[in-house]
Amino acid sequence: MDKVKVTIDGQQIEVDDGSYVLEAAKSLGIEIPTLCYYPYMAPYAACRICCVEAHGVGGWSKIVTACNYPVWDGLEIYTDTPRVINARRTNLEMLMANCAPVPVLHRLAQQLGITEPRWKTDTNYTCILCGLCVRICDEVVGAHALAFINRGAKRDVSTPFQLDSESCILCGACAKNCPTGYIKMEEIENRYIVHKEMNLSPNAAITLPFRQAVPNVPQIVRENCIHYKTGGCMVCAKVCPKDCIDYGDRPKFEEVEVGAVVVATGFDSFDPSPMKQYGYGKYPNVISSEEFEVMNNAAGPTGGKIVMENGEEPRAIAILHCIGSRDHDYHKYCSRVCCMYSLKFSHLVKEKTSAEVYQLYIDMRAFGKGYEEFYERILDEGVNVIRGKGAEVVPSGYRQHEEGHLIVRCEDTLIGKYREIPVDMVILSTALEARQDAKEFGRKLNISTGADGWFIEAHPKLAPVSTTTEGIFLAGACQGAKDIPDSVAQGGAAAAQAMKLMAQGEVMMDAAYAVIDEAFCSGCKMCNDMCPYTAITFDDAKKVSVVNSALCKGCGTCVAACPAGAIMARNFTDEQIYAQIEGMLS
Amino acid sequence: MSFEPRIVGFLCNWCSYTGADLAGTARMKYAPNVMTVRVMCSGRVDPAFVLDSFRAGADGVLVCGCHFGDCHYVEGNHKCMRRIAITKRILKGMGIQPERLRLEWVSASEGARFQEVVDSFTEEIRALGPMRLKEWAFIPEQVEAAAAAHGE
Repeated sequence: MDKVKVTIDGQQIEVDDGSYVLEAAKSLGIEIPTLCYYPYMAPYAACRICCVEAHGVGGWSKIVTACNYPVWDGLEIYTDTPRVINARRTNLEMLMANCAPVPVLHRLAQQLGITEPRWKTDTNYTCILCGLCVRICDEVVGAHALAFINRGAKRDVSTPFQLDSESCILCGACAKNCPTGYIKMEEIENRYIVHKEMNLSPNAAITLPFRQAVPNVPQIVRENCIHYKTGGCMVCAKVCPKDCIDYGDRPKFEEVEVGAVVVATGFDSFDPSPMKQYGYGKYPNVISSEEFEVMNNAAGPTGGKIVMENGEEPRAIAILHCIGSRDHDYHKYCSRVCCMYSLKFSHLVKEKTSAEVYQLYIDMRAFGKGYEEFYERILDEGVNVIRGKGAEVVPSGYRQHEEGHLIVRCEDTLIGKYREIPVDMVILSTALEARQDAKEFGRKLNISTGADGWFIEAHPKLAPVSTTTEGIFLAGACQGAKDIPDSVAQGGAAAAQAMKLMAQGEVMMDAAYAVIDEAFCSGCKMCNDMCPYTAITFDDAKKVSVVNSALCKGCGTCVAACPAGAIMARNFTDEQIYAQIEGMLS
Repeated sequence: MSFEPRIVGFLCNWCSYTGADLAGTARMKYAPNVMTVRVMCSGRVDPAFVLDSFRAGADGVLVCGCHFGDCHYVEGNHKCMRRIAITKRILKGMGIQPERLRLEWVSASEGARFQEVVDSFTEEIRALGPMRLKEWAFIPEQVEAAAAAHGE
């Protein structure tokens, strides 16, 4: 593209022919105020706030709007002359004549030195009729739901007949870009607003799946994206300097051939809402340990501040242990990690706030290296440690001075007394439980789950990372509730086991497999369909079935099915089993 | 002396045998009447094993495998279930109560269930009483003996 030289406020710049003055000024870092400008649309010059002074060859000059005045070679632009300021001031005053003083106009007026607009208005109407919303809806979104209606003094922007428009996809682009805030988003007949906020949050169309996601790259959420509703927009593709946006990208299934599998599917956090006595989901200040962790995250919604629902710092916090663990109605097992993370919570609360902390525990299980010492440190920090499971959380208010609090009821078993503790916030230390789909997933891998849903290791002592299926190993909390050091250790062990398989380069087969005695095989093919591993094939030349010993897993189903008794399961032969029966019953 | 049933138990290696092992390591007490034969899969249990057990003097036969969907060999337990159904009909035809043969699904984690299955089956067989198969006429030696007695 041809380049042209323009001078803006004395600074020379080379820009593409056909671009506009506003863009050239922007690349020089010169600020020109705008109201109706949107970089990814054709300029419209409706607000006329961006006016600048253009000087041509021969000494002529005139006021032009920067957003839609094309550059040409030798053009000189001045953005700060008294003539420009005067023109902007007049234009702004005229806008203010028909529009209530919204913040953006007020700020501009201050910048341009208007103390009192010459033409007054007493309206509440906040539209400056710049048409940005109409143009965005047409050009960017492609929904064509908005238009100008009426004429003259009654001119306005609206949907057809001022009714709820079915063309509107509730994307919020108009409201987001409206300079004065005239357009607001409302839920229409329970239709879902696409963009509640335009940020990297779950409501946005482009978002990180979660913090610390790997790979840590944003993705488009199709149901929120304007492009997938109308085919328009594609602003993100225009913004992205590296052309990374691919609208055609789809989730793909990839088949990877591997020699070993390490299962590390982790755990689910117990949902305490069925335990009505703790009021989780009913009282906003009763939160689960996971929610407290999110709150504590410096990159989290509260910026790491420990606050109640109303934004105030709590004065007292109760941490209830064993919610869902060591409980015969839910999980009988001990979740192992809760005692220690609850102690960590109280340490964090003490560090960040001046709140009183009450720990309500059944048994303090500080089992690991340095854990008991940490427990003692917590005691020194002045945490109130009460032996007795929290029985109930109720709102206070039945006593005057306790309004707005929560009351935790418990039995302090060390002093043998029933206690009621007024607190502002309750943290439920919820159990670790097996993933909901663990059983289904285990079936896919042919590994089994125990009564609690955790995957079963091949042997609790001698093969703690192996499973009954060769080449599949377990690591972490998918095998049972465990803390980070244990998970890391088990992960290392599982990786080493997998490496061992790969380093060997060959697989040791079990000696138990089936063998067909060709002399007895009648070629009935009954066994061929029996085999779940398709290890038995029919030899057309010899008219007998043949077992591929590498494929055979030695289940013996074919042996039991063979009408001729021609198949022998090695190490589990008929003779061996008959001998066992005979031996047992003789 | 009270009747102590003798029961042969065919347990699959991956679920029921491990489950029985678990019952043992957990020190669960169950009837000592079941003598176990480990097979790799309940699908390995040939109906002939069941018949042979009765021939050899068993009062009952217990076959245990994995729950459906849990089979280490995909669907050996399905095949076992069909074979046991047929075996029961054969038993009936032979004059043996089909209740003397029982098929149960016990997973590797169900030690307690194994205990319960063994105890209840033992009680059931105890109620049915001894087999007395050896006193019956169709044991080959006895048939021959009876034939000899009739002078044929």
